[in-house]
Amino acid sequence: MTTARHSHDNPPLLELVNVSVSYGAVHALDDVSMGIRQGEVVAVMGPNGAGKSTVLKAVMGLAPVVAGTVYWRQQPLAAETHEIVKEGIAFVPQGRRVFTHLSIAENLEMGCIYLNDRAEKARRLDSVMELFPILHEKRGDLASQMSGGQQQMLALGRGLMASPELLLLDEPTLGLAPIIVREVFQKVAEISDWLNTTIVVVEHNIKGVLDIVDRAYVLDKGAVVHNGTPQSIRDTDILTQVFLGSA
Amino acid sequence: MPVDMQRIRELPALVRNPREMARHARSNVELWANILVIGGAIAFMLWQGAGFAVIVGTVFAIWAILSVSLNLVVGFTGLLSVGHIGFFGVGAYTMAILTSSPEYEQLRTEAIPTFGWPFFAALPVCALLAGLAAIIVGIVFNRFRDDIFVLVSFGFAIISFNVFLNWRAVTRGAFGIHEIARPEIGDWRFDGDVEFLLLCLAFLAVVMLISWFVVSSSFGRVLTAIREDEQAIEVFGYQATHYKLAVWVISAMMAGIAGGLFSSWTTFIDPNSFILLESVLLVAIVILGGLATIWGSLLGAMAFVLLEEGMRFIPFLPTEYIGQARQVVLGILLVLLMLFRPQGLVGRYRL
Repeated sequence: MTTARHSHDNPPLLELVNVSVSYGAVHALDDVSMGIRQGEVVAVMGPNGAGKSTVLKAVMGLAPVVAGTVYWRQQPLAAETHEIVKEGIAFVPQGRRVFTHLSIAENLEMGCIYLNDRAEKARRLDSVMELFPILHEKRGDLASQMSGGQQQMLALGRGLMASPELLLLDEPTLGLAPIIVREVFQKVAEISDWLNTTIVVVEHNIKGVLDIVDRAYVLDKGAVVHNGTPQSIRDTDILTQVFLGSA
Repeated sequence: MPVDMQRIRELPALVRNPREMARHARSNVELWANILVIGGAIAFMLWQGAGFAVIVGTVFAIWAILSVSLNLVVGFTGLLSVGHIGFFGVGAYTMAILTSSPEYEQLRTEAIPTFGWPFFAALPVCALLAGLAAIIVGIVFNRFRDDIFVLVSFGFAIISFNVFLNWRAVTRGAFGIHEIARPEIGDWRFDGDVEFLLLCLAFLAVVMLISWFVVSSSFGRVLTAIREDEQAIEVFGYQATHYKLAVWVISAMMAGIAGGLFSSWTTFIDPNSFILLESVLLVAIVILGGLATIWGSLLGAMAFVLLEEGMRFIPFLPTEYIGQARQVVLGILLVLLMLFRPQGLVGRYRL
């Protein structure tokens, strides 16, 4: 688990205040409030349909926020995705979504749209490849030639190319073998430790993710039902309640 | 370079061993496609003589400019448009109106505005007006994706044809426009077919070069990413609609150039050259050659022209059926291609 480099006295870097998201008649999020401080690694957990991924999409301007406000450094966050990316927020979407007909290096470069400085781009490429040696080994290969786990590393690396202050990870271990899952969690912890990047990770693998986060939010039916440290979650039966119904 | 010289050197040995040749043929479809189409074109031109070769070469160059430009949109960006002929028509009519002689127009009952401009002054305007039309159309089209995009582009092809046919005050409708100027630089007129062929090939080279720069740049990588996963690219801050509009306009401007060349070459145009079927044939050429490959567009255009012109010489085919037979053969070819070679002759991606 990462050490708490963040002070509880500091104002949140990212804050959702009474955010509701609706897709027509379907209410995906209902009056959700969250606060993420600089340097924290925070998990968002819950059963299928709880609204975990919708939280990240609401932050990225990819979901229709019908009520409430998302704040970034105490200021309302822009509504358009390209403006949000400029603020220093990167999103690694579910299912990896790498561009299979582009090489690994080209995929990584796609992650830093607003960077025109070639030297800085090269420096970031080196930095990401240092963190993920497999990407360096295969940098000229097409992404389609990589395994699922390697593609996930590529997706993480692509997210880091923007040198974000906040990294949003949507189900980074989905569909991966257990041994690769451990590797992905280890990399997420390394990103936090080495780069001091604030991370919000939506994850279904509860045991694995609780080992690497500072705090976790538990969602059920679009609402936050618990917020606390991993230990506080382990000490309660909140997960049993939301995943299996009332104990 | 799509042609592997090492494989070509191995050909004589392969020819002596038919079984090995068959095995290689299956694994080297691209090589054989190149040999068949280029070899067929050379053989056909040698058979028909230089004069015919020059004319067929000009037709090829104009179709090739169109197919290379359309491949930017269909192949590299993944936007299946069947409305490209509209921009070709805008270019052709712009050239016709700007360069046709005012003296000639006074003889006509339905006078249209004429300017008597020289070819080289009018050609950039062909590209600009086609680009302007593309901006207007593209802003609307950007709201659509996938199947709906195909349908609206289909609608654009029909609308543009009807504009050419019915806006008689500008296009003279079904009467068409005559006396369209041939290019000239000072005292040197491109009157001869050879000169015009060279001019068309020069523009084809320019269009290929621009296309190569576009697809090789970081802009081109974004186009590839859009083709693969448009939603994913937007997550990283890219506004896919801007990129799509940009490549749409570049492609339309190239089609405008092709239209200007076509108009000047034939010296007469009417709306029949810009019907929906021509647009469908153009998409067929791009698919035939291969998606997302500039070389494939050339090969597709060459195969199409070879097929179109070659069918004139089938001895048992009555002359009045040649046109229909071409469409039938092209249709069958496309069906076979989709069944056995969906990526086209030298393409990398399936439609």
